[in-house]
Amino acid sequence: MTAVRAEGLFKVFGKKTDDAVRRLRDGASRAEVVATGATPAVIDASFDVRPGEIFVVMGLSGSGKSTLIRMLNGLLEPTAGRVFVDGVDIFAIDEAELRRVRQQRIGMVFQHFALLPHRTVAENAAYALDIQGVPKKERLDRAAEALELVGLGGWEDRYPAQLSGGMKQRVGLARALAAGSDIMLMDEAFSALDPLIRREMQDQLIDLQARLGKTVVFITHDLNEAMRLGDRIAVMRDGRIVQIGTAEEVLKDPANDYVAQFVADVDRTRVLTAASVMEPAQLEVSATGGPRVALHGMREKQMSAAFVVARDRTLRGVVRDQDVVAAVNRGDSTLDGIVGDDFTSVHADAYLAELFAPSAESPLPLAVLDDAGRLVGVVPRVTLLAAMASIVEALPDAEQDAEHGAEPARVEGGVR
Amino acid sequence: MSDEAFDPLDPRLDVGEWVSDAFDWFTETFQPVLDVVETVLQGLYDGLYEVLSAPPFLVMIALFAALGWVVRSWKFAVFTVAGFYLVASMDRWDAAMETLSLVVVAAALATLISVPLGIWAAKSQAVSNALRPVLDFMQTMPAMVYLIPTLFAFGIGVVPGMISTIVFAMPPGVRFTELAIRQVDPEVVEAGQAFGSSPTRILRQIQLPLALPTIMAGINQVIMLSLSMVVLAAMVGAAGLGLDVVSGLQSLRVATGVEAGLAVVVLAIYLDRIVSALADRAPVARATKLRT
Ligand SMILES: Nc1ncnc2c1ncn2[C@@H]1O[C@H](COP(=O)(O)OP(=O)(O)OP(=O)(O)O)[C@@H](O)[C@H]1O
Ligand SMILES: [Mg+2]
Repeated sequence: MTAVRAEGLFKVFGKKTDDAVRRLRDGASRAEVVATGATPAVIDASFDVRPGEIFVVMGLSGSGKSTLIRMLNGLLEPTAGRVFVDGVDIFAIDEAELRRVRQQRIGMVFQHFALLPHRTVAENAAYALDIQGVPKKERLDRAAEALELVGLGGWEDRYPAQLSGGMKQRVGLARALAAGSDIMLMDEAFSALDPLIRREMQDQLIDLQARLGKTVVFITHDLNEAMRLGDRIAVMRDGRIVQIGTAEEVLKDPANDYVAQFVADVDRTRVLTAASVMEPAQLEVSATGGPRVALHGMREKQMSAAFVVARDRTLRGVVRDQDVVAAVNRGDSTLDGIVGDDFTSVHADAYLAELFAPSAESPLPLAVLDDAGRLVGVVPRVTLLAAMASIVEALPDAEQDAEHGAEPARVEGGVR
Repeated sequence: MSDEAFDPLDPRLDVGEWVSDAFDWFTETFQPVLDVVETVLQGLYDGLYEVLSAPPFLVMIALFAALGWVVRSWKFAVFTVAGFYLVASMDRWDAAMETLSLVVVAAALATLISVPLGIWAAKSQAVSNALRPVLDFMQTMPAMVYLIPTLFAFGIGVVPGMISTIVFAMPPGVRFTELAIRQVDPEVVEAGQAFGSSPTRILRQIQLPLALPTIMAGINQVIMLSLSMVVLAAMVGAAGLGLDVVSGLQSLRVATGVEAGLAVVVLAIYLDRIVSALADRAPVARATKLRT
């Protein structure tokens, strides 16, 4: 079962909304419909959010992200289409039942925190439980647990006005966690925070999600954030979802110019992995074949070295042309004596940022290995440089520059 | 109504006459209701006046000062003592207590009516649209006009003055309440909805607490407008400082007028400061002023 399912969702504001939906379904463009006095905010959105995934919805301001997420818990009623939360059609049930779904199944974290200023941190974190009718003692205990989880233990008796933005949002997060619902909607939850705090919060969310297995629908207009958090990313434009895919898919095969432009901004070194830029190994020789076979292949491809792989494709090492020639002259029947370890290997999931230093030092292309140590491809230095070039072209913003300068060795985030 | 045909060149509509007729019909039909209203208002006023005027004035001054100290500061308590002592020394104590009773009862009732109306208007745009012209009308109509029908319905005494005061003083209570509720951060209200709170609960736990300081500002306005009506209320028979002003005016005795006027000022400052101090003590106002 999917955690959240959107089926042909439309939300049109303004006049003649049903008419607008009909026109849009018949293929009218957004502009044509706007001319009739209606404002289509979300157009024919369909997707499934799987339990336990972070589903990111990304798009520029005004693309309909907030409208979309507010339909997922019924804060806004769609003009057409249906929403299922844990299989329940939330617009087919009555008000009281909808409130129960919101209490028990689907929480929310807000851009500007939306805390109750007249209640303490503990009471805020316990708010959802208060609504659920949990007795005071128990709800304060559970709120304290949630606060501990987000690193705010000991702040229970303060008021929101006494907290920094990051701490306020942690309270917002604790409130949603304490509610105990498995699904969390987060509308630009970190957008109001400054970059460093924001990074911290993203890490915390990833960590919490891994520990608690919550399903998260996360809205952002920041591609880097989308890439860091999203198991899958939906890109919205002018009310339509133009692409849904993993971060890599979105980066590598942008569905259209809009996505491509959006993507041009991202710091690719922290998103693309070795596997996504590697090429097939030009020359690999079998560890069981003899030196003659190896020499033949190397002459054919005009290579001065080759990777030696076993039958199961695990990498054994490299052989150099002069050693192979010597072995042939000696009449050796195997490569055993001459296989060297003069190469550098990287894991297929390593980020590009991790590849630059090894690549600079290694005379051979980097060998890309999978979990079992099997050779799956190589990254020649030119390939890496080409990937670099496209990144430089995309002009990373100042924030990323600062990060590179300050902590060149730290590689993290990206696609998990 | 006139029997002559309507002449467009010399238009004459007996608007006043019609209203007066309608009013006669109203008083006759609703006499029992009016009687109840009169009894209740008179009772409230008499009761409060009884309480305020029974103790010796020094005791009352001490109580007023204590209240001022608790909700505000010792400095304000000092002002309270000085101000009320001045009132007593001008021999205006009883009149001041009569006026205070009138103002407190009228303002309390105006608040009781206007705050729910304001909430309703905040929740429903239709109600808001319907109320706006009515409130405009109530506020711009010369206050004295209210005296005539109320005088008709209730006769000479404190009640017609009180009703006129309530009508005149109500609009800012409605307006401030509506504004206050509409101004509450929509995201916080959304948070209530998103976690499954019911509308009444959102009103009680989120909207009203967050709107309280602004609503209190509205209540303060209601009180000030009520005070401004005391002279008019005196013209239809309400006792108190207003009556002193009226009689000072009629007999051209400047001293009486000035003394009564001063006493009104003392009451006004006292009530204003108390109410605004209470607004500052609203939980949301206190919590947002906190620093780490
Ligand atoms: N209540 C409303 N009435 C009319 N139009 C609305 C309403 N809410 C949103 N819209 C319109 O719908 C479109 C999408 O708005 P929405 O707030 O969903 O965008 P968003 O992607 O969340 O943008 P942002 O990044 O600025 O938050 C916009 O054109 C907006 O003007
Ligand atoms: Mg938005």
